[in-house]
Amino acid sequence: MTLKHLSQGPSPVLLELKNLSKSFDGHQAVRSVNLQFYEGEIFALLGGSGCGKSTLLRMLSGFETLTEGKILLNGEDIAAIPPYRRPFNMMFQSYALFPHMTVEQNIAYGLKQDKLKKEDIAKRVDDMLKLVHMESFRLRKPSQLSGGQRQRVALARSLAKKPKLLLLDEPMGALDKKLRGEMQLELVDIIKQVGVTCVMVTHDQEEAMTMADRIAVMHAGEILQIGSPHDIYEYPNCRYVADFIGEVNLFGGHIAEEEPSYVVINVPNLVAPIYIDHGISGPGGERPVSVAVRPEKVRLSDQQPDEQYNWGKGIIDDLAYLGQHSIYHILLPDGQFIQVTQTNDKRRERPFELEQEIFVSWSPDSCVVLEE
Amino acid sequence: MALFRAIKKRFVETGWLKQRNGVIAIPYLWLLLFFLVPFAIVLKISFAETEIAIPPYTDLATFEDGHLMIDLNLGNYAYLFSDDLYLTAYLSSIRIALVSTLLCLLIGYPMALAISRAPASTRNVLLLLVILPSWTSFLIRIYAWIGILKPNGYINNLLLSMGLIDEPIIMLHTDFAVYVGIVYAYLPFMILPLYANMMKLDHSLVEASSDLGASPVTTLFRIIVPLTKAGIIAGCMLVFIPAVGEFVIPELLGGPETLMIGKVLWEEFFNNRDWPVASAVAIIMLALLIIPIMWFDRIQNKQMEQA
Repeated sequence: MTLKHLSQGPSPVLLELKNLSKSFDGHQAVRSVNLQFYEGEIFALLGGSGCGKSTLLRMLSGFETLTEGKILLNGEDIAAIPPYRRPFNMMFQSYALFPHMTVEQNIAYGLKQDKLKKEDIAKRVDDMLKLVHMESFRLRKPSQLSGGQRQRVALARSLAKKPKLLLLDEPMGALDKKLRGEMQLELVDIIKQVGVTCVMVTHDQEEAMTMADRIAVMHAGEILQIGSPHDIYEYPNCRYVADFIGEVNLFGGHIAEEEPSYVVINVPNLVAPIYIDHGISGPGGERPVSVAVRPEKVRLSDQQPDEQYNWGKGIIDDLAYLGQHSIYHILLPDGQFIQVTQTNDKRRERPFELEQEIFVSWSPDSCVVLEE
Repeated sequence: MALFRAIKKRFVETGWLKQRNGVIAIPYLWLLLFFLVPFAIVLKISFAETEIAIPPYTDLATFEDGHLMIDLNLGNYAYLFSDDLYLTAYLSSIRIALVSTLLCLLIGYPMALAISRAPASTRNVLLLLVILPSWTSFLIRIYAWIGILKPNGYINNLLLSMGLIDEPIIMLHTDFAVYVGIVYAYLPFMILPLYANMMKLDHSLVEASSDLGASPVTTLFRIIVPLTKAGIIAGCMLVFIPAVGEFVIPELLGGPETLMIGKVLWEEFFNNRDWPVASAVAIIMLALLIIPIMWFDRIQNKQMEQA
């Protein structure tokens, strides 16, 4: 897999996780995870609560021991190295700034452990304060800072030692919604400026899509899919991923025709069968599958489409005008609802009315087959 | 009815019937009854003179022929400063209490830390083990130490039987035994406030310190100890203050040269039946203890303001 932001070919692998497992009292929190982190990338572990993403991060930082597996840093197993000797630094969800120390002392703390010279420490602290634009707050205590300022200090502290790997635990978890958007982009700017490899944990798919180069979606201790935000959104490989990332409409059906270049699927809910313009992998023959179609890829029309495939008929059950776009809930004959978003690109009255009969359609390249 | 309502309104406005005042009134009443009144009585006696009577001291105020005469005797205090037995006893009490407090801190801090870091189920058992001994009588527990420390007690017998010593070590009736007794008796008072304070400590701070490259020892002294300062001070106060006035432990375990103010007080009160001097001794002790209490109070207020 190549990275979008690195046009000059794939970067070398910095860290490799091999068969990583962790169980707590018989409960498997992480099940044989295999992952590679490339140098300079921002990698997001995405999943709901209890999916094992935080445990995985804590194994990287050294706070959790492994039940099984290897953590290879440039090919060397570091699983047995205690957290205070690992060249990794973490930005904690609560920031964990030392309340009895000033901003300056917090940033210098890690450097002092390395027994650096006083002037070197002072210089590095200055650089870090400049990097996060906190020069004028150096003598404040954490309790005298706002949430966003605390995050900057926490970031500066975790970058001060020039770690080989920066770990971010729910980086926006302690910020209010408005600040999140700003800080996400700023955090990415700073991380890219420093050039450090970064692994972050988040439950917020928007945050992962905004910040990360690659995302691994986790569920029940396992990694379901790894890919760029685009790959994960457009080509989810299973129902869970499709459902977790963004909104999705799922149609249950049976494969009617399967060829290397196309697939036809009969869906009882729709008038016309679904036609997909690419082959799917998996065992051949007639079998139940789900087809995922994103709400923004569905077209609405009051005219019956004259296509052979990819359309259905329903009634507008609910609609919400949100300014830049509108959301429609359409009731299909057997009671399934599908969601459709339409960009309000024309300044006209509502194009469709409640309870109106409506036709939904999409192009052959906008749906994905998910195995049951 | 209108009148009643007007009165009620007036009371509410002036705050007499406000619930808050009611809540504060109870502890204040308690302090007044059981602290201030006894204190006033002791203070009064300290200005009296001994007399062979019941009670064995003179009245401060007499009323004769329409004259109210108040007779304040400062002689008791003057006497305390004239005989350096009392000064030595005060200093020795403070020294013994200080050393005991330090020992309690050195032993109690790691114990409290271990309990607070233990898994939740073991934690309660460990806490119970700390508190459990205090369910038996204090006197019996101190008495038990006599059996352990005496020349033919458990420790000496064990060491003799192992051949480590040829003759019993004299431990009972020494200052050493007093330290053992005080540390043993007051250790829970050190551990409990420390434990409460450590439970409040955000564990991610400890992890952050480790993550930034600090060894466990550095983390202990740079992060955990400074952040549990309030618990350390509270524990030290809870040990130091009662230890200064301790009577039972030096009486049972200490020797003739163990001089503590609690013992002096007892002797003045019961052996010499000199209530006024005993009261003066108590008042001076209180004055000595009020200084650290006020200091503690100031630090606590400062921390409250910061939080």
